[in-house]
Amino acid sequence: MSALMELEHFAGFRERVEMLSGENVFACYQCGMCTAGCSFADEMDVLPHQVIRQLQLNNWKVLESNAKWICASCLNCQTRCPKGVDLSKLMEAMRQIYLRQQLDQVEITQLSADQIRCLPQIALVASFRKKTG
Amino acid sequence: MNNTAYFPGCSLKAEAGDYERSAAAVMEALGQPLEELERWTCCGTVYSLTDDDLMHQMATVRNLIRAQECGAEEIVTLCSMCFNTLKRSKVFIEQDAARLETVNAFMDEEPDYEGDVEVVHLLEILRDQVGFESIEGRVTRPLSGLRVAPYYGCTLLRPREIGIDEPDTPTILQDFIRTLWATPVEFAFQAECCGTYQIVDAPELVLEKSHRILNSAMRAGAEIMITSCPLCMHNLRLAYEELRSSLPDKRELSIVYWTQLAAIALEVETGELPTSMGKLVEGLPTTMELVP
Repeated sequence: MSALMELEHFAGFRERVEMLSGENVFACYQCGMCTAGCSFADEMDVLPHQVIRQLQLNNWKVLESNAKWICASCLNCQTRCPKGVDLSKLMEAMRQIYLRQQLDQVEITQLSADQIRCLPQIALVASFRKKTG
Repeated sequence: MNNTAYFPGCSLKAEAGDYERSAAAVMEALGQPLEELERWTCCGTVYSLTDDDLMHQMATVRNLIRAQECGAEEIVTLCSMCFNTLKRSKVFIEQDAARLETVNAFMDEEPDYEGDVEVVHLLEILRDQVGFESIEGRVTRPLSGLRVAPYYGCTLLRPREIGIDEPDTPTILQDFIRTLWATPVEFAFQAECCGTYQIVDAPELVLEKSHRILNSAMRAGAEIMITSCPLCMHNLRLAYEELRSSLPDKRELSIVYWTQLAAIALEVETGELPTSMGKLVEGLPTTMELVP
């Protein structure tokens, strides 16, 4: 986490997320449709529409929310957003800020032999793509 | 579909072997056998959502080049995740000439990708090229009375630009179920996420989401659930095994690939079916038996 703390002094946090995602966070007018339709919102400590609000405010602390790891890019929010904001890309951008600093969320070497035997490769490859750098 | 190359992907050659076997048998019966793409490689499983990184598009473009090399106009997939990844990546690369140029320059050992290979799902081929009505005419074992829940999941439908049907109100699987003379069962969670790859490090999350899907379908009266995604299949079957022990009555739900349902109705190789499914099918007469 120490590398991430440097972001406290990183004034360009919002710009970085926008550059990684290609999205304009100010297009969002906080209607909450994304949160209403999110299958995983009940697991998130910061709700999907609140994540975008914190991005608008350039609050880098939103990076510490678990939302980006819970989001599975199911795209319910993207399909239903009246302003065309693709929240799945913003979540991916926040994941990438971690993963590009080698802050992996899934430790391949920690998976048990049982897990590796029982999990289909489609799950393993997808998980490694989403949660390791 | 002479100019169509079949892209299996990893799962179809492993735990989703029954999906491939049943699909191959159905397409053979329909006179349009699947022809496997030569030297295919992993598609990457999930589409890369970052805008600044072309590296994660390479695997998909390489497969599009393989199709181009053998003169195929389109790639057809069975796996929903392969479909989504290949098609989204194709759209992303082709919508900007600079991206295509960069990718081609990077893969200097490959011929350039020209940008005109289509990506389709087998359900689209059956709906748009073969026609559901022509399948209906070939059904020899009508699945009359079977109540089937269509589970779409995410990647067949979203995003809207590449989905095979309307994301919030899809009908293609219901239409397909009717084609086989079975009864579609509408349920609230038919296009909600099962939890996907979170099964690796957050299995409890996946089980909860999958239980919700299964309960919703069973409450609506389903005895069979069909899907087109090998990962959804893994998660749903795992969740069902857990749920089953806690069910108050003897209700059962057979979770199968949509092609297995078709294989039963066309009386061709179905691949392995759950025991409960075997029991349901045993009672169904074939049209041969119906003829006096």
